[in-house]
Amino acid sequence: MKVFSNWQWFHRLGSPRWFYQTTGRWLPWLSVATLLVLIIGLVWGLAYAPADAKQGNSFRIIYIHVPASFLALAGYYIMAIAGAVGLIWRMKLSFMVMKAAAPIGAVLTFIALFTGAVWGKPTWGTYWVWDARITSMLILLFLYAGVMSLQYAYHSVDAASKAGAILALVGTVNIPIIYKSVDWWYTLHQPATIKLTSAPSMHPDMFQPLLVMILGFYLFYALVLILNTRSEILRRERKTGWVRELAQSKSGFDARAGD
Amino acid sequence: MHSLRKQRLQLVILLVIATSLAVGLVLYMLRENGNFFYTPAEIMSGEAPRGVYLRAGGMVVDGSLQRADDSLWAQFKVTDGIETLTVEYSGILPDLFAEGEAAIASGTVDDNLVLQATEILAKHDENYTPPEVADAMSEAYKQKQLQQEGAL
Repeated sequence: MKVFSNWQWFHRLGSPRWFYQTTGRWLPWLSVATLLVLIIGLVWGLAYAPADAKQGNSFRIIYIHVPASFLALAGYYIMAIAGAVGLIWRMKLSFMVMKAAAPIGAVLTFIALFTGAVWGKPTWGTYWVWDARITSMLILLFLYAGVMSLQYAYHSVDAASKAGAILALVGTVNIPIIYKSVDWWYTLHQPATIKLTSAPSMHPDMFQPLLVMILGFYLFYALVLILNTRSEILRRERKTGWVRELAQSKSGFDARAGD
Repeated sequence: MHSLRKQRLQLVILLVIATSLAVGLVLYMLRENGNFFYTPAEIMSGEAPRGVYLRAGGMVVDGSLQRADDSLWAQFKVTDGIETLTVEYSGILPDLFAEGEAAIASGTVDDNLVLQATEILAKHDENYTPPEVADAMSEAYKQKQLQQEGAL
């Protein structure tokens, strides 16, 4: 009995209805905060931060490239952990979060690769090379695509969720490889500017807007993940009483979101 | 935690550890193959294959860049601090290509141990500085060198 009460909060967290109603209250605040932080970061980084001594203005693509890459990697852990929680506790909501996280991560990975190619042409002299960093990042895109396509490869939602979670967990091995690739091998890509153990090798005037952009991308990620999960909740729970009630209520979303 | 859940948790952890171990071992075995380029030391010592298309990377030696007056031909030296490799190239060099900066040359090493390059890539570092700060730093560096020379 004691064990049950200790884990009760965890099971309440797993209720799709509870999640839908709680996040409904967060959405307006989160949207405003995301928009504000991203606008501040973009204007600061693109207009006010000084140009780089060697690269000139082309270095400013860092304000999209690095935050997108950060979240492409962090988002993979979120997806894999959600998958693991779903496998262990058989929590429906957790699998929905996993499914919702996959396309977001795929898009962020694509943005990282695309901005990297655009940046590579003027600085390195090429759009693409098969070095360890870029290749491992491409594998990340395929892993996200794999988890996404597994969601549609089975008739049973349960089987699709389990298969997706296992692939997501197996793929976590790629994340430290991407992160350390520039140190483990000779690559065209330069080593990390933002390091865990020492100061960033970037002037503070350039680094501060980058931090704001990373925060903005985290907020944006949270916002899109919540929105995506909510629509998945409605889709999977469409036969339950509370979703029907929600659909029938005249003002729909607004009336229910607040209660 | 319920014993069934504990069992599933152990399975998940085992899955992650096992795949990490497997991939880790494969990468460890292939560690040299993951490299994008050879260093000048590897080429001069004969570790890198001759007459085969390969990439060499290193710092462009200060004052080593020579250009032809009537063509795009250029010659320069790259170093890894141990050995120095001469590179010959006919074509447009990337904007960020400069002496004292890193570059990667693709081509074949001929019998005279000169890399006949068909492509040059500039490799930039992870440091970002505004122009004024960079100027001030190189100015301060010059001043310090002058002072040291004066002291000698």
